[in-house]
Amino acid sequence: MSEIDPHGSKPQSPEEAASSGTLVASIALKQRAGGIVVPVLTAVIAFLLGGFVVLATGHNPLLAYRDIFNGAGLNWIFHPTTDVANTSAYNLTQTLLQTTTLILTGLAVAFAFRCGMFNIGGQGQYFVGLYVANWLGYDFQGMAALPHILIAVGGATLAGALWAGIAGFLKATVGAHEVISTIMLNWIAIWMGEWLFGDGGPLQNAANKTVPISNDVATSAQLPVFWGEQQLQGLHVGFFVALAALVVFWLVLNRTTLGYEVRAVGFNPEAAAYGGINVKKNLVRAMAISGAFAGLAGALDMTGYLYHFGVSDIPANSVGFLGIAVALLGRNTAVGTGLGALLFGALLFGTTHGLSSNVIQPELAGNLTYMIQGLIVLFVGADVLILYVWNTRKKLRPRPAKAAA
Amino acid sequence: MNTWVQGLDNPLSARLRDPATSGYAGVLLGIFAAFLAIPPIEARTYTWPIVVGVVAVVLGIWTVTRGRLRLGYGAIAAGLLGIGLGMLATRSGTGNLQAVFNAALIAQTFAFSTPLVFGAIAGMFSERSGVVNIGLEGMMLMGAFWGVYGADIGGTWVVGLVVGMAAGGLLALIYGFFAIHLRADQIVGGTAVNFLALGITGYFFFQIYNGNYVPQGVSTIPSVHIPGIASTGFLGPAIGNLNLMVWVSFALVIVSYVVVFKTPIGLRIRACGEHPRAADTVGINVYAVRYGCVALSGLLAAAGGVYLSDGFGGGTFTDNMTEGRGFIALAAMIFGNWRPFGAFGAAVLFGFSSAVALRLQVYSASASTLFNVLPYVLTLIAVAGVIGRTVPPAADGKPYRKQ
Repeated sequence: MSEIDPHGSKPQSPEEAASSGTLVASIALKQRAGGIVVPVLTAVIAFLLGGFVVLATGHNPLLAYRDIFNGAGLNWIFHPTTDVANTSAYNLTQTLLQTTTLILTGLAVAFAFRCGMFNIGGQGQYFVGLYVANWLGYDFQGMAALPHILIAVGGATLAGALWAGIAGFLKATVGAHEVISTIMLNWIAIWMGEWLFGDGGPLQNAANKTVPISNDVATSAQLPVFWGEQQLQGLHVGFFVALAALVVFWLVLNRTTLGYEVRAVGFNPEAAAYGGINVKKNLVRAMAISGAFAGLAGALDMTGYLYHFGVSDIPANSVGFLGIAVALLGRNTAVGTGLGALLFGALLFGTTHGLSSNVIQPELAGNLTYMIQGLIVLFVGADVLILYVWNTRKKLRPRPAKAAA
Repeated sequence: MNTWVQGLDNPLSARLRDPATSGYAGVLLGIFAAFLAIPPIEARTYTWPIVVGVVAVVLGIWTVTRGRLRLGYGAIAAGLLGIGLGMLATRSGTGNLQAVFNAALIAQTFAFSTPLVFGAIAGMFSERSGVVNIGLEGMMLMGAFWGVYGADIGGTWVVGLVVGMAAGGLLALIYGFFAIHLRADQIVGGTAVNFLALGITGYFFFQIYNGNYVPQGVSTIPSVHIPGIASTGFLGPAIGNLNLMVWVSFALVIVSYVVVFKTPIGLRIRACGEHPRAADTVGINVYAVRYGCVALSGLLAAAGGVYLSDGFGGGTFTDNMTEGRGFIALAAMIFGNWRPFGAFGAAVLFGFSSAVALRLQVYSASASTLFNVLPYVLTLIAVAGVIGRTVPPAADGKPYRKQ
C-alpha cells in the first residue's frame, strides 16, 4: 500500500503549512503522520460501531457483514469466473458499476479539497451531467456511435464543470463560501430535474406523457458493455474511463504546473499569491475541474447503464454525497479515492440489491451504509482522536524493549 | 448605517432624500407590484403591475445613481420581477387565482415556515457562538423520527416533543465534541451528522415499525383554536386555527432576539463567535458557551423536526422526511444575515414559496417547481452579494484552541 505517498505532494513542509491553519495543511500533516493506518482504523471503527447497532437490534453483525460481503460479490475472488450467470460474478459487476461512479464523484471532492475548497456540490454536478447526457444522448438520433458518445459525455462533463464553476467564480469574485453556494446549487439541480423530467417537462418521455420519466438515450450513445449483458446492467467501458481519471488526477496534481499551483493555493493562499500564483484563477479552475469529474460520473452512468432517469429516482440517488466520504477516507489521493470508491461501491450494492439474506433485511442494511458513511466522515474529520490513540500506542511500545536492554 | 437616534437629528426631508429610503421603497413597491394582480386586490389589467413596477425600477435607478449600488439594483430587480409575476397572474383565470391565493394560504405559509424558523434560529445560535452547523438537516430529522416515536410509546405529544428534542440535542452534543474539543473541520463534521441521522432514523424506523407506517392515532401536537377569530371571514382561516408550534416559533424569534442582543449571555455568545481569544481573556469559558449553543441548536432544530412529523405531518414519519428543510433553514439564516428577525422573515418568505408551490402543482408543474427552487436561488443571489452583503460572525467555523 505504499502507493499512497504522503511525501509526494508538498510545495512546503506540512508542519510549516499547518501553522497557517488551513484545512488542507492540517490534513496533509495527519496524512504524513498516520499514512494508511488512520483511514483503515477509521473504517474499522465505523464498521465496529455499525456492528454494535446491528447487535443491539437483535441481529448477528458477523453474519450480516458476511452477507453484505457476499451481496457485493466480493466472494468472487474465491472462485473467479467471468460468467455472470454466477451470482457472485454478477454482483461484482454491479459493485464495480457503483465504484465507477464513486471514483469520479470522489475525485470531484478530492480535487477541490487539494485547492483548499470543500465541494459539497458533487451531487448537483453529477445530476447536471446526467441531465445533459440524457438530452444529448437522445437528441442526436441516428448518429454514428463514437461521435455521439463523445458529444454526450463531453457535453455532460462540460456542464458539470460549468455548474461547479459558478461556485468557484462566486468564491473568487465576491468571496461567497463555496460550501453554501454548492449546497444551493445542489438543490437547484435537484429541482431542475423535477422540472425537466416532470409532467410537461422538456426532457420527459415523448412517447408517454403520463409518467415523469425521461427518454432512453439512443443506442448509438450507449457505452459498450465488456462484462455481462447490456440488458442486465453489465459493466461498461466507463469503468476504464474512471480508472484513467484516477491516473489523470494524480498526473495533473503532481506532475503539472496547474497541479502545483492548485496545491500551493490549497496549502496557503497568501503564500501562493506572494509567490506569484493567481489565486482567483486557480479557485475557479479547481472548482471547474472538480465539477468536470462529477459531470463525467453523471455522463457515464447515463450512457453506461441507466439510459433514462425519472423524477422518483432523484431523491433516491446520493452518489454525489457518497463521494465526500470516498474522498475523505481516501485522504484525497488518487489511490485512496480508488480504494474508498471500491469500499463504498461494495457497501452500496451489497447492502441493497445484492443482499439476499435472512440475517438482516436490505432496508436495514441500506441504512447501515448511511450510518457507516456518517461515522467514517465524522472520524476522518477528527482523526486527531485516532492519531492520538495510534501515537500513544507507539509511545508505549518501546518501553519493554528498553527495560530488556 | 445611521442609527435611529441620529435619524432624529436629521429633518424628515433629509431622510426622504437618503438613497436608502428610496432603495427600500423600491424593493417594497416591486414586491407590491406582483401582489396587485392576486387576491384580495386582484387587478385584472396589465396596467397596475406595470405602473407600480416601473416606479420601483425608477426608484432603483435613483438609488443607484446616488451610490447605493446593491440596494438600487435590488430595487430594479424587484420591480422587474413584480412586473413579470403580476402580468403572469393577470393572464390566469380568476377562479384559479382565488383557489391558490386565499386566506388559508397564510395558514399554510406558517405551517411550512415553522420548521424553517426553528431550524434557522437553531443555526443562528450555533453560528453566533462560532460553530458552523451544516448538520441542521440531520438534527431536524432526528427530532422528526424520535418525536413521533416518543409520542407513540409515551401516549402523548409532550413525551414526543421531549424525546425528539433530546435525540437532536444528543446528536448535537456528539457533533459539538468533535467540532469543539477535537477541533475537527466543522463542515466535514456537519456533513457526517447528516449522513448519521439519515442512517439512524431510517434503520430504527424500519426496525421498530417493520417498514410500515407509524400506527394511526398517535397523539399529535394540538392546534390553537382562537374562539373570537376562528369564525371570522378572513382571519379565521388565516390564523384562527394554527398549530401550537407555530405560535411557539413566533415567540422563539422574539425571545432569541432579546437573548442574543439584549442580555449579557447574548453578548458572551456573540463574543465567542466574533473573537474567541478576546472572550477567553475576559474570563468567558469559550468551550462552555459553544457547547451550550450547539446543544441548544440541536434541541431547537429537533423541535422543528417534531413539528414536521407530529404536528404538520399528523403523526407520521417517512424516510428522509425533512427533504432538505434543514438546508432551507440554513439558507434562511444566511439570507436573514444571522439575525432572528431577518431569519424569521426569510423563513416566512421561503415557507410562502413552498406553500404556493404546493398549490400551483395542480395547475402548472413548472410554475410549482419555480416556487420550490426560489429559496435556493434567492440565497445564492444573497451570498453572491447582489442584494446586500451577508456577513457571518468573524470566527464562524474556526475551532478555538485554549492557551
